[in-house]
Amino acid sequence: MIFFEDTVFEINRIILVRFIAVAVFLVIFVIGARRAKLVPGRFQGALEMSLDFCRTQIAYEILGEKDGKKYVPVITTIFFSIFFFNITGVIPFLNIAGTSVIGLPIIFALWVYFMYLSQGVKKFGVGGYLKHSLFPPGVPWPIYFLLTPVEFLQVFLLRPATLVIRLLANMMAGHLLLALCFAATSFLLFEASAGLKAFGVVTFAAGFAFYLLEVFVALLQAYVFSILTAVYLQMSISEEH
Amino acid sequence: MIAAQLAAAAHSVAAATETEELNPLLPEWYDIIWSLVIVVVIYFVFMKYALPKFQALLDERTEKIEGGLQHAEAAQAEAAALRAEYEQQLADARTEAARIKEAARAEGGVIVTEAKAKASTEAARAVETAQRTIEAERQQAAVSLRADVGALATELASKIVGESLEDTARQSRVVDRFLADLEASTAATTAPNKEN
Repeated sequence: MIFFEDTVFEINRIILVRFIAVAVFLVIFVIGARRAKLVPGRFQGALEMSLDFCRTQIAYEILGEKDGKKYVPVITTIFFSIFFFNITGVIPFLNIAGTSVIGLPIIFALWVYFMYLSQGVKKFGVGGYLKHSLFPPGVPWPIYFLLTPVEFLQVFLLRPATLVIRLLANMMAGHLLLALCFAATSFLLFEASAGLKAFGVVTFAAGFAFYLLEVFVALLQAYVFSILTAVYLQMSISEEH
Repeated sequence: MIAAQLAAAAHSVAAATETEELNPLLPEWYDIIWSLVIVVVIYFVFMKYALPKFQALLDERTEKIEGGLQHAEAAQAEAAALRAEYEQQLADARTEAARIKEAARAEGGVIVTEAKAKASTEAARAVETAQRTIEAERQQAAVSLRADVGALATELASKIVGESLEDTARQSRVVDRFLADLEASTAATTAPNKEN
């Protein structure tokens, strides 16, 4: 399952899973876009409904309709990509989330990071943006000794880092939970002594519950990531802090 | 299938523990590179191709709906205008009809008056003609009566008297006297008649 081993182009299982997720994701939406008609069918209706969720519930909700319009494509893209990479964690035979290894979360976080920085700089200029984000107005000046370093860490380090770690940790923990539950189930049911088989049922039930939870988490983390994208953009470009 | 699942699960557990040993927060280069490739592909295919298509479609739909609404509004306004026009025309027609009726009534009145006048003159003329005729006939009757009565009376008298009245001079005198008497009495009786 590993190609180009020990090179920078190494393709292991997780990369393959990502390829599959991307392929499915893009095929669904490209076909949807190709066949898109003015009067939507069921398939197109479902796609439009999910796109509309990103537009109204994430972009317009956080950024307002005027600013939000500009960032709808980015936010929608981030939401759907992360969702498709997350959901592979609960799809049989893939069984691992594309986002449960750090590379992909890093790329997404960097994208968001550079986007909100560049949008802030574009709007206020470099100095203006720094002043805007590091010296928020409306506080007495001595507070800046405390506030500015915190804001600096926040803007330049913590925001992207938390984006990466939140997503990675959630998906990895979910994967470990599922793997543990099902591995334990198979061990207890097929290899352990008779008395322990009952525990196999318990671990299977737990695995089933975690499976459902993981479906929810896949959706939730995609939502959290994209809503934070919207929030960071909003903080960068809004007039007041 | 179960075997495959198990193998996958076991493998992933192994992979997970392996990455954990490697510290999952430190990325491998191949991981970064492939992630970047994937995100770039998504960026171009989804964000630059598929999404604008959907957006264009949504805009088009909004436009169509708005266009339809405007069209409906225009149609409604047009219908209202037409209706107002019809009502106006109807009111005009009613006024016109009333006017015509009034004119006809007036004209009818005039005609009736004229007819009445004409009829009364006709009647007067007819009465006059009839009276003239009657008068003429009466005159004629009087003349012929006078002649007949004269002859008859003479004849009668001559028969009664015999030959005594042969003398023409006497005869003529007697007749004239008789007629004058007769005429006087006739005039006395017909005069009130003529007054009528």
